[in-house]
Amino acid sequence: MPDVQLRKRLLSVEEIFHEGGPIAEQPLKRAAALAVIHNPFAGAYVEKIESFMDDLKPLGLEMARALVKALGGDPKSIEGYGKGAIVGSDGEIEHGALWHVPGGYAMREALGGAKAIVASTKKVGDPGARLDVPITHINASYVRSHFDAMEVGLADAPRADEILLALVMTTGPRVHARVGGLKASEIKGEDGLR
Amino acid sequence: MKAKIRKIATFVEETCTEMGRPINPPTRRAAAVAVIENPCAGKYVEDLTELMAIGEELGDLLTQRAVAALGIDGPKAESYGKAAAVGENGELEHAAAVLHPKLGTPVRKVLGKGTALIPSSKKRGGLGVVLDIPLGHKDAAYVRSHFDGMEVRLNDAPRANEIMIAIAVTDSGRPLARVGGLTKEQIKGEDGLR
Repeated sequence: MPDVQLRKRLLSVEEIFHEGGPIAEQPLKRAAALAVIHNPFAGAYVEKIESFMDDLKPLGLEMARALVKALGGDPKSIEGYGKGAIVGSDGEIEHGALWHVPGGYAMREALGGAKAIVASTKKVGDPGARLDVPITHINASYVRSHFDAMEVGLADAPRADEILLALVMTTGPRVHARVGGLKASEIKGEDGLR
Repeated sequence: MKAKIRKIATFVEETCTEMGRPINPPTRRAAAVAVIENPCAGKYVEDLTELMAIGEELGDLLTQRAVAALGIDGPKAESYGKAAAVGENGELEHAAAVLHPKLGTPVRKVLGKGTALIPSSKKRGGLGVVLDIPLGHKDAAYVRSHFDGMEVRLNDAPRANEIMIAIAVTDSGRPLARVGGLTKEQIKGEDGLR
């Protein structure tokens, strides 16, 4: 079973006070945790890759906990989440898909349960590639105020034989959300959608 | 607060391995970035005192944020740097007014010392412009292991009438530094150079 070899990490936090409108009483915070790991399957077609998902779980959990801490430490203050991966050029998009299970598991674990599917995206890219990680409400995917995205990336990653893994969390709606739709206060919380 | 801040972002980058070699403890760099309204945008303003006062405020705020992101006491910081990007309706001189006259004193207050010049860079640019913040040892500019740089970027800044200002702080030099020169153990710390 391949080990997870970590080359570097990035933790970034944005605090948004306004975007040309009224200054928010509570600034919106968005945070991203990135990890750059060696891709054990780079350079060749490997049929059986599934077991690597379990190997990624401890790293995922560490990243999710770092996000909660960076956003103030209270899991209850987290309202939105998303995840993504950039696979270096000697890998395939399927290697990025390995992040779905451990990334989602890690955030639910760190948040003490969350009902909505974790919005995600992935691509193959060179060092410096940017990824727009989609964000949705943690308990109801249709909450319109919480649809958001955070751009992430690192100048020197992923190298050809690496994968850049990303998790993001937010503390609330877009700073001037006002396009209607399902509100966070109207969530039924049964199916993860509404 | 004189500065009208739209957002603040922090980044912590940690290098755990380099060229396959473990870096223990990992080298760490942090940057704090503020996006502010440029009060002098769109016209020629002779007296830039207002921007200088903003620089003083941000010198304190951003250094505090960067050090907090690293989780260290100010005096534990080893190197630093600063940079600014002015949106398209501003002048390069606006970046100079924020960065040079008054920003340094509060930075040094937070870090305990800082006899060396704070290396800097500036540019004008649009949304998503990349800032390469130069880094040098805070007490002796010639320490060769600490010459470095950190890239930061925000996809939504600076808008035409904004300035983004960044301060970077590290608790370490480059990973695997091995090109000789003055070492941090040899610092005399009298003139800011050696």
